[in-house]
Amino acid sequence: MNPSTVRDLPGSGRVAVVTSVASDAHTWNLVFLQLLLEELGFEVVNLGACVPERLVVEECLANRPDIVVVSSVNGHGHQDGLRLIEHVRAVGELADLPVVIGGKLGVAGVEDGHAAELLAAGFTMVVEDGAGTAPLTEFLESLPQRALR
Amino acid sequence: MSGGFAEFVRRARARGSLVVQPRMGFGETHAMRDGLAATKAANATTVGTLTLDSYTRVGDFEAAREALDRGNALNGYPIVTHGAQVTRELLDGIRAPGFPVQVRHGSARPVPIFRSLIESGIEATEGGPVSYCLPYGRVPLAESVSNWVRCSQLLAGLRDEGLEPHLETFGGCMMGQLCPPSQLVAISVLEALFFCRYGVRSVSVSYAQQTDPAQDVEAVFALRRLCSELLSGISWHVVIYTYMGVYPKTAHGAYALLAGAAELAAWTGSERLIVKTIAEAHRIPTVAENVTALEYAGVVSAASNRLPAPDGDTQTYLEARALIEAVLNLDANVGRGLLRAFRHGYLDIPYCLHPDNQGRTRSYIDESGRLAWAEIGNLPIGHLVEPAGAGALTSTGLLAALSHVQRKFDGDPGAVRGRLGVQPHISLS
Ligand code: B12
Repeated sequence: MNPSTVRDLPGSGRVAVVTSVASDAHTWNLVFLQLLLEELGFEVVNLGACVPERLVVEECLANRPDIVVVSSVNGHGHQDGLRLIEHVRAVGELADLPVVIGGKLGVAGVEDGHAAELLAAGFTMVVEDGAGTAPLTEFLESLPQRALR
Repeated sequence: MSGGFAEFVRRARARGSLVVQPRMGFGETHAMRDGLAATKAANATTVGTLTLDSYTRVGDFEAAREALDRGNALNGYPIVTHGAQVTRELLDGIRAPGFPVQVRHGSARPVPIFRSLIESGIEATEGGPVSYCLPYGRVPLAESVSNWVRCSQLLAGLRDEGLEPHLETFGGCMMGQLCPPSQLVAISVLEALFFCRYGVRSVSVSYAQQTDPAQDVEAVFALRRLCSELLSGISWHVVIYTYMGVYPKTAHGAYALLAGAAELAAWTGSERLIVKTIAEAHRIPTVAENVTALEYAGVVSAASNRLPAPDGDTQTYLEARALIEAVLNLDANVGRGLLRAFRHGYLDIPYCLHPDNQGRTRSYIDESGRLAWAEIGNLPIGHLVEPAGAGALTSTGLLAALSHVQRKFDGDPGAVRGRLGVQPHISLS
């Protein structure tokens, strides 16, 4: 196989880390996102529920993913997300890693308006509840293809 | 023993009333107090709830402190961070023999929570070594079991003070959705046996409404029968949870599903019901939305009659009994039995990511709308079930199964108006 045939398979050889935040126990969202990413050709490392920040960092350093997809629906995603991205961006090797967060990030419904703060803190993209998964899939398509690992 | 939570439910039952209860929790004490006061004043037979926030559930009390200090909204009441003194003041003048309060949490490390609620003068709470572990994070099951031994004993200790401590199993919910009813019934009964093994004498067993009313009726009658067979000398009642999976987005759909849960409770002679609101699919509900849901559920249940229990052994009863017997035969101690059961796959929750769950079972919703087994892994029910076999799981397939109930109820605007001529008194969007 040469790199050009790899490129024909969308996302082939690319790795995504799917994770919840530290206080969030919901996992159906994670199972769904894992399947979605696998269907787009990603190899997925699913870290599961209630993931401490340092575990996310360790797994990123160990797996060198092309993207981290953070999902939270319990209403603490905003506060936990800020803590998480601070830990990730503090590591030099992870400064440019695309990190996307989505779900129900506050407790007050769609008009929560946490996106600006999360983006300012270092998230690459924030997908608010109700926006669906299209913003994520479009973003994935825009990611550079990876050379053969 | 002096009247508390369980005594209140007994009395309501004797009068023929269903006890209705919210899932309600706010970070700020004034909001929490308003919520309890409104629940108490609601035109229904109600008990109060303190639902705890997620930081408290995972033991991150500093994050709860920080949220309070910064004015960030929490998704529940941080009982440990506020402390027993604040909680006592909060309950003062509200909690009474006619209005008991229960703490609802969702923690596999609940020792600080139990200490705080006991210190606050509360004697009723819920959970379980399995149901508050596997769906709630990454704490190893063995650690959860030993924590729950400790907590059952702590709570049971209140008997020495003349109280009647009450513990409810959360086992009838497992993941909220897509777990076939027989395994929900089995885990609920097993957790009740676990509590009793460690000194609790007053329990409730839960069952969460699933996809099909007839199947749910069968399951609740199976639960009642297994409790009468296995919980001798224990005071017990059944609590129904309104649907715990992906909820309808419309007001008409939300109320119709709630009405279905209220009917399920009435049909099966269940003593207590936990409601859901029109906000469920979107955000944390307001106090007013909770009160409307409580009152509506009360009216619907009062208008529904009890059904006779089925004759003979139903499929759900047989499966649940087989699961329970297999676990009890693994070890004379039910806590160790539960641990070994998950290791052997004698209990195995579909789609649960927890490392201590084998993850070899699969469920599906069949053509008639009932929850059924697609794969049974190592569950000891091979002599009772012909699993349908699971095809490849896709993201759209999973989402379709998860939103089956939502679609059904959102798609039928007539459902709530048609029911008994009873309507929630708020405008239907
Ligand atoms: C099932 C459920 C549970 C189960 C979870 C079992 C499990 N292990 O997964 C149980 C019963 C255990 C549970 C517990 C709790 N829950 Co809950 N739960 C739900 C429920 C009913 C369905 C969630 C679900 O399974 N959805 C299916 C998945 C596939 O969809 P999804 O999560 O909505 O995600 C979709 C989109 O948001 C999007 N998406 C999600 N993440 C991302 C990320 C990116 C990048 C992108 C692009 C898209 C995306 O994609 C998905 C598909 O469309 C919802 C309410 C509802 N929706 O009806 C409440 C809900 C999420 N829970 C809630 C809460 C608060 C809790 C608790 C804290 C208890 C409490 N205080 O009430 C605890 C959690 C404890 C903790 N430590 O976190 C609240 C959150 C409130 C808020 N955000 O405003 C909700 C909304 C209910 C409510 N109205 O109060 N819950």
